[in-house]
Amino acid sequence: MKYIKNFYKYRFLLYEIVRKNIKLQYRDSVLGMFWTFLQPLMTTIILVIIFGNVFGRKGTDIVNYPIYLLCGRLIYEFYSQSTKRAMRSIRNSASVIKKVYVPKYIYPLSNVIANFITFVISLSVLACFIIYFYFFSAEPPHLTGYFFLFPIPIIVLLILSLGVGMILSTLEVFFKDIEYLYEVFCMLLFYLTPIFYQIKQLKIQTPIFNYILKANPLYSIAEMFRCCVLYGRMFDIYHLLYSLGFSILMLLIGVFVFYKKQDKFILHI
Amino acid sequence: MSKPAIKVEHMSMLFNLNKEKVDNLKEYFIKLVTKKLHFTEFWALKDISFTVEKGDRVGVLGFNGAGKSTLLKVISGVLKPTEGTVEVSGVIAPMLELGAGFDMNYSGKENIFLYGATMGYSRKFIEQKYDQIVEFSELKDFIDVPVKNYSSGMRARLGFAIATAVEPEILILDEVLSVGDAKFRKKSENKIRSMFEKGITVLFVSHSTEQVLSICNKAVILDHGKLIAEGSAEEICAQYEEMIKKK
Repeated sequence: MKYIKNFYKYRFLLYEIVRKNIKLQYRDSVLGMFWTFLQPLMTTIILVIIFGNVFGRKGTDIVNYPIYLLCGRLIYEFYSQSTKRAMRSIRNSASVIKKVYVPKYIYPLSNVIANFITFVISLSVLACFIIYFYFFSAEPPHLTGYFFLFPIPIIVLLILSLGVGMILSTLEVFFKDIEYLYEVFCMLLFYLTPIFYQIKQLKIQTPIFNYILKANPLYSIAEMFRCCVLYGRMFDIYHLLYSLGFSILMLLIGVFVFYKKQDKFILHI
Repeated sequence: MSKPAIKVEHMSMLFNLNKEKVDNLKEYFIKLVTKKLHFTEFWALKDISFTVEKGDRVGVLGFNGAGKSTLLKVISGVLKPTEGTVEVSGVIAPMLELGAGFDMNYSGKENIFLYGATMGYSRKFIEQKYDQIVEFSELKDFIDVPVKNYSSGMRARLGFAIATAVEPEILILDEVLSVGDAKFRKKSENKIRSMFEKGITVLFVSHSTEQVLSICNKAVILDHGKLIAEGSAEEICAQYEEMIKKK
């Protein structure tokens, strides 16, 4: 009850910081907010050019390679950006935290939310892709009623990013090296997540490696998302259970360690 | 009898200082395993108890390192005390360092709302106070300029204007009455005096007994983390002067 009241009092701070993060991200750039649209579009085109011939050939069950790739890229990009920014959020706000009392979870939370809003805007690129390929392509995406289930994987992704973001922001205060380690980890994750390939295309012989790839919750989230917007069929309920369970576990751990350690932050930043 | 504005009971604050410098992780682990990792315990504040009634203006005197700033940080909620309790009733405006909540890339106007939100106020409330803040800070022509281009005096003026415009019930002043030029200093002193008349509670940290005498009606002395004296401003200031002479 005390926490809800405190959150209610500081809800404007959450709003102001989210606003600030979005506003400052593209300030002083000529195209401004248009970059949230342009950046995924351009990187996807590059990735399609590079990998299209290898993984996107006809005869695979990827219905439409550019859309397949864009789905994976958007999900990965949101996850990595929001967790990285949440990780640095406490140290970046050191000047405020040291001087004024503010609920500290506002900082990782606002960073994830700000990234989520730009992510939602960048989904418009996906909408454009879907409309374009639906009407002008020999390989149109299968649009069915299952399309409207697409918010489910996105919500799971949001929970996952918030949980991991809180864990990382706590760790980062005590152990700054995590910034560099996580950078490397994110690069590894980019290749481990089926963004531009399908797991079965890799023809992996060792079952262990196969298992590692499938244990990645981003894989489950990306598969669910693609089922909705690309394949037009119901996603495997196993994916939902696994990724949701994983995400909630991360969030619980995140809230727990953050809550346990937050009074010590000020002594280390 | 109304509730006291600030009630501190047996409050202590402990810091761990590293005795030996541990340079790398290997050394750290070895020391951790062999239990040779010593911390020197340092009690920045030890068993502090006092109450501040509503409308009191309390000066906090003490030499460098006596724990004045730590005390203010504990009261404003930035630090959590190791032992004891601190109860505060009313809205606190900490002025530990003016403009600490500013974002350098944000304009003055945007910073007013951000700073207000940091202090826990709503956007609507700040909108009502907006004109007053701009007028008081004398920054009308610069309000849309990013704060990174402000001079330090301009920043301090803006910070002061926001912190006082929201009409807090408890004001914490940490040697901030020296912002800006002489003209603004006069203006800010008048502003604070007008707030006294409304019955605001003040905690004021200073080295100067002169300032304490002119602002406060009560005072305390901190020495090496202990509260060694409390009473009316005149008595305590006299005692503090004595202490300075002895040093």
